[in-house]
Amino acid sequence: MIRRNLMKLAAAGLLATSALIAGPASAQDVVKIGAIAPKTGPLAGGAVVTQWPNVQLWVEQVNARGGLNVGGKQMPIELIEYDDKTNPGEHIKLAQRLAEQDQVDFVVAPYGTGFNIATAPIYGRYGYPMIAVSAITDKMEELTERYPNLFFTLGTTTSFVDGVKEILIEKRDAGVIGNEVAMVNVADAFGIELADRARELLTEAGFELVYDRSYPLGTPDLSPVMKGAKDSGAKAFVAWSYPPDSFGLAEQAIIEDLDVAVYYSAVATSFPAFVGAYGNKIDAVLGAGGTNVDDPKIAEYRQAHLEITGKVPDYWASANTYAALQILEQAIEGAGTLDRDTVTQYIKDNSFDTVMGELTFENNVSHTFWSVGQWQDGVFRGVKGSNVEGAVPVRVKEGWAE
Amino acid sequence: MKPAGWGELGWAAVLVVLAAFLPLVANGYWLSIGVTAMMYIALSTSWVLFSGPTHYISLATGAFFGVGGYLVGSGMSDYSQSFWLMAAISPIVGAILAALIGFATLRLSGVYFVIFTLGLAEMIRNVVSWVQNNFLGSRGLYVLTDLRDQHIYWMLLVVAAAVYLLGWFVSRSRIGFALRIIGGDETVARHVGINTATAKVILFTSTGFFAALVGAIIAPRWSYIEPNQVFSPQLSFLVVIMALLGGSGRLWGPLVGVIPFTIIWEWVGIQFPNQSILFIGLCFLLIVYFLPQGVVGRLEELRARMRRAS
Repeated sequence: MIRRNLMKLAAAGLLATSALIAGPASAQDVVKIGAIAPKTGPLAGGAVVTQWPNVQLWVEQVNARGGLNVGGKQMPIELIEYDDKTNPGEHIKLAQRLAEQDQVDFVVAPYGTGFNIATAPIYGRYGYPMIAVSAITDKMEELTERYPNLFFTLGTTTSFVDGVKEILIEKRDAGVIGNEVAMVNVADAFGIELADRARELLTEAGFELVYDRSYPLGTPDLSPVMKGAKDSGAKAFVAWSYPPDSFGLAEQAIIEDLDVAVYYSAVATSFPAFVGAYGNKIDAVLGAGGTNVDDPKIAEYRQAHLEITGKVPDYWASANTYAALQILEQAIEGAGTLDRDTVTQYIKDNSFDTVMGELTFENNVSHTFWSVGQWQDGVFRGVKGSNVEGAVPVRVKEGWAE
Repeated sequence: MKPAGWGELGWAAVLVVLAAFLPLVANGYWLSIGVTAMMYIALSTSWVLFSGPTHYISLATGAFFGVGGYLVGSGMSDYSQSFWLMAAISPIVGAILAALIGFATLRLSGVYFVIFTLGLAEMIRNVVSWVQNNFLGSRGLYVLTDLRDQHIYWMLLVVAAAVYLLGWFVSRSRIGFALRIIGGDETVARHVGINTATAKVILFTSTGFFAALVGAIIAPRWSYIEPNQVFSPQLSFLVVIMALLGGSGRLWGPLVGVIPFTIIWEWVGIQFPNQSILFIGLCFLLIVYFLPQGVVGRLEELRARMRRAS
């Protein structure tokens, strides 16, 4: 019995080892693209909305066209995908597997600021261009200098705060709100960073933060936070929040009937599930991101996304994620080679025709993005952005009725 | 001292020397598996140091690990200190924290202690977030160094060897003997005049020290520290599971637990990227069913059987 068990164990071990060693096929008639992002863990909820469906969509569309045209040869894409379990160590290990075991030609940049920064040295060492989307930081200059293969496309921390600041100033000038602002933030990296920047910029602009609180990530009860904001009497509410709490805050605002003219919550406000959960009650709620659904390119993209993946794209980074893949596609075809250095240089030197419009990189950073959007009649429309067209005027929030 | 003890130490030395050559022969992928494995070997061995003899199941590894990683991130980002200084401070802070917690809680036993340590990681994460939010502010915590995988691997190897050496000395010392008695029956231990609290606190402190040190060493590999990720409760569980898979009765138990576990986990993640959690669950069931005493227990059982047969 014991011997048999040991044999089984040994067999499993052998199997595991051989699977790990199994190398790639040699003849190159496909382009291998590697994609690592969370399928499980805390960031999986965002990645399955914004990241994975776009990878699937892009690969299917390119292959339906017959593949990528690499120097006159049509090569279909072979996608190799792994789950990083929302663990940076895991991601780094898998990135090395992609490079050395699977020998992929190119990679899809990771999901999340921390993951893009954590993996930039590894991908950089193998020469992979990384067109990061879901990564927002104010340190882009230092990072792109250190990692010349890293590109940013979704904007800086400051640009997001600036978008909100502009709206507050407009509404103050219109007499809809006063100088008082109630601000809350999730006590985690991105939330702290945004709140910190907002404290500076809003105070400079003459606003008074009459309520300024943080709450821990994953807190189940946001009612004290919302009650405090309500008691402050401010007519503007700003929350630097993450996916679970953006929903929780909206829920509490509805319960408390928060009386504000401007209501903003950051990440995940642009998710289709947000309007799915609260319907018309959240009309005129502002959030990070935005898109221009009237743009024919965006409309066509959203239609294809729904048809091929069966999912509605979000109203923010989904389009940017797809645009980043288009950039990779056009750079490979434009450079006419799978040589990574040539392709990276091509990305730096050229402009690209994407669903987000014409994109170019200036010191590895693209300045074409939406920073604030607003739910207007069931659609999350961009109201503030940089180099984007189709911004609509900001509406005033009038109650939380259906 | 028994000659067998020296023999074990000799084997350990040989293994350490062999392991040191891995970065010279392995490519990036295998080396990065090596780094992960070495990290868990160091953490599990230091866990066994305390939990093995006393049978106190601690789920606080993630808390100390997080403190180490977070201090490196904060020190380098907010105060422009060097990595080396922060890597030296981190384990000391980890040890002090463990000592304070030890004094307060090691009077708890059984399931109460387990639950407390589980809550501890969460509490420390929240305290750290609160401090950062209210006093430090943040532009994100960046740990940008030129350290590469092989450097991190060698540092972890040194830590693992140090933990083993410490454990080897402890198991042959009066305090190790005391801990084994505590593990057998704490009331008896107290009655024969052992200062149980002191003995437990000393060993608990050492696990805090090493976990924080490992967290500090791993930080440059992550480059960007988020409290949320560095204080992962999953880490605490994995350390316990790997130690139990190997067998917590022997100091070298974790070694034979971590390596197969890392390889199986890797294999599952690659073969079934969409169902990895499901397959890990199945693996756990198989482990519990076939290896209730861990790999070590199984090996010793086999050895005993062979001896009887011959």
